[in-house]
Amino acid sequence: MTARLVGDLSPLPAAGFRSHGLWFWAAMGFMVIEGAGFALACAAYIYLMNGAREWPLDGVAPDLGWGTAMAVLLVASLVPNALMSRASRRRLAGPTQLWAGVVFVLNTLALVVRGFEFLHLNTRWDANAYGSIVWALILLHTVHLLTDFIDTCFVTLLLFTHPIDTERFSDVDDDSVYWGFVVACWLPIYLLIYWAPRWAP
Amino acid sequence: MTGVAEARALTALDVDGEQALARTWATPRGLWGFLTTVDAKEIGKRYVVTGLAFLALGGVLALVMRTQLARPESGLISPDRYNQIFSMHGTTMMFLFAVPIMEAMGLYLTPLMVGSRTMAFPRLNAFSYWIYLAGGVMLYVAYLLNIAPEAGWTAYVPLSGPEYSAGKRTDIWAQMVTFTEVAGLAAAVSMATTILKMRAPGMSLARLPLFMWSMLTTSFMVMLAMPAVMLATSFLISDRLIGTHFYNEAEGGSNLLYQHLFWFFGHPEVYIIFLPGLGMVSEITATFCRRSVFGYPVMVLSLLSTGFLAFGLWVHHMFATGLPHLGDSFYTAASMTIALPAGVQIFCWIATLWDGKPRFATPLLFVVGFVITFVAGGLSGVMLASVPLDLQVHDTYFVVAHFHYVLIGGAVFPLLGGIYYWFPKVTGRMPDEVAGKWSFWLIFLGFHLTFFPMHILGLRGMPRRVYTYGADMGWADLNLLSTLGAYLLASGLLVYLLNLVVAARRGWPAGPNPWNAGGLEWATSSPPPPHNFGATPVVEGREPLWLPGEFPVMHGLDVEHREVLLTTIADGKPDIREGSPGPSIWPLLSALAVSLLFIGSIFDEWFLVWAAIPVMLCLIGWFWPKSSHSKLVKAPDDKIPGALA
Repeated sequence: MTARLVGDLSPLPAAGFRSHGLWFWAAMGFMVIEGAGFALACAAYIYLMNGAREWPLDGVAPDLGWGTAMAVLLVASLVPNALMSRASRRRLAGPTQLWAGVVFVLNTLALVVRGFEFLHLNTRWDANAYGSIVWALILLHTVHLLTDFIDTCFVTLLLFTHPIDTERFSDVDDDSVYWGFVVACWLPIYLLIYWAPRWAP
Repeated sequence: MTGVAEARALTALDVDGEQALARTWATPRGLWGFLTTVDAKEIGKRYVVTGLAFLALGGVLALVMRTQLARPESGLISPDRYNQIFSMHGTTMMFLFAVPIMEAMGLYLTPLMVGSRTMAFPRLNAFSYWIYLAGGVMLYVAYLLNIAPEAGWTAYVPLSGPEYSAGKRTDIWAQMVTFTEVAGLAAAVSMATTILKMRAPGMSLARLPLFMWSMLTTSFMVMLAMPAVMLATSFLISDRLIGTHFYNEAEGGSNLLYQHLFWFFGHPEVYIIFLPGLGMVSEITATFCRRSVFGYPVMVLSLLSTGFLAFGLWVHHMFATGLPHLGDSFYTAASMTIALPAGVQIFCWIATLWDGKPRFATPLLFVVGFVITFVAGGLSGVMLASVPLDLQVHDTYFVVAHFHYVLIGGAVFPLLGGIYYWFPKVTGRMPDEVAGKWSFWLIFLGFHLTFFPMHILGLRGMPRRVYTYGADMGWADLNLLSTLGAYLLASGLLVYLLNLVVAARRGWPAGPNPWNAGGLEWATSSPPPPHNFGATPVVEGREPLWLPGEFPVMHGLDVEHREVLLTTIADGKPDIREGSPGPSIWPLLSALAVSLLFIGSIFDEWFLVWAAIPVMLCLIGWFWPKSSHSKLVKAPDDKIPGALA
């Protein structure tokens, strides 16, 4: 058997957005993993809640204020996040820099709010199983807030210090997808941490 | 045989082109090259060799246990040491051998089988290997220091909790699990992306090799199942170290929560181990029968449905915990249902053997051994799915017999066949067929002699995980038989490994395609060059090398820079060509930093905070921006896929 030349690949572009590039799939893979982790942690919360005589165990529910502020802030951040994504996919340097900066500020703000949330959980991780699972859920989400904070910080910094090529625009877009995931994960966790103790019989 | 050795690979470029590509994709020589390589083949080889080393260690532990149990009231090892040994054996075989070696086979073979130059995330592969090695080394160092796990490979609470497992033994186990799961997850993401995005032009999903379908399914199962065990062990270690109460019944926790989380991982784990084996069986059967596997669409659907159903039957491991009757019935039905896709595949292989022209070389012998053993193990599995029988034989040697039939029969036999089958591709040399057949028969007979008597021992009431038994129990003869079988099995494995070691040095040259197989991996030379393929292969059928006419290829990937072709997910049409990273020390440094965090946190929880700093610094070094590949290769920049107008 001998070889037969049937085509030339050199005219192909060397970068692409979303599902065309590899990094998007890396992010998707880790979102599947982390999504599974979140879902199982939420299931563990519900399992413990269903087996408990009262919920919360020997305590009061977390204060609603900071958690709700976090939910509002995260949902609101989806707007600049979408604008950042659109600007990057249009490969517009100025708007991408602007919206990346806004998302970075909101991300930083979310970490500050998270700090206050910890102070108003009204339980400790070592108080009982309720406290343990509440802290587990919120810590798990905080790790994701921190990860995206570092990612957004890094990406935004590069937008101002390095030439912005197509690969960099694609990185910004991938970052926006991941931020959407971090926001989406918070909503069920918010309901469990803040509302389940109020709704539980 | 000289002619065979010099046979030219179908995808080879001219001499200058091949040399230029080899320079671009080369790993540096010496220790630095060893530490920084991102060559998927090199990492795959290391992974397989390390996995085999852990198989040997786990095997020696098994022999020690069998020697202890050969006669009643034996005083060879103490109860405490026995606890550590059976815990180490199970942990080694499940976490350090079975899953990693299957993924390792995928890491080596995936780029070759889909026609790519490397994997999607070569540095992630390297990180995966180093972190896996660190976890395994930590476990065995702990064993030498007498702080090895003692609560079985499942580490059920409360036995493994702070009350009944004082000291650091269970913490070591829990963190070892975290090491191996991080490694497994990293490899799974890399493998799934490679299979979905880096296939050769023309390799639509309908033409994907069955081994690749099995690895794709397995990768998604890993991503969905392994977070469960990481959560289970993280909760366990935090109960032990920082006073949480996830599993503390007195404070509202639940012992059964651990079992649910563990088995939500543990049952799919069985399929994570043997689905790759099924893929290997399909490749071997096709090659040695000289025809495509019968019923390709049904085979693919069976793999996918097995992957799906595997998540719906974890509770059958918990029948003895007292479930509601409806739960019993549901999980019994689910457990029996999963036998259907397995049965369908068995019939497809038999049909392939029936309709083909089988040549019973060593790899196909292992396939036959697999079919016989796996069917027997599957039948005892259907028996165990029935709650009344399960309650009778729960925690007896019947269960030990069952899962060894399924795991060794379903995964290790195909793996041994697969390693033998692809050995010429990896080394460029042929193993000795006579020694191969000897090894098969010793392993096959030794296996059944070891494990079949355990069914009867279990039915006669011998519990598992006991370090000895009384002479009056009537278990001595069957135990002695089982021990003799274990030594026979070990001798077969020794012959198998020696054959490969000798062949790697002195075997006959293999040439690119010694078995006349049809897959893309046989289109390149043996061993493959650093860049895998000179020209990019084009796929026009499921077994591209069996198609008549000339072999189609494409040119145009950059020769001076590392570049890979990305294709569309469903159809495999050329989409973009992307840069690929070169050798790097960051994966190793990152693995060391993560190891510091994991191991340090066993002794002081603040390591989770302080050690996160070096981890973060290493990751920043890893992801530090590189030069734009588009600009390096002067690629067209006007029509970017996915960009908005």
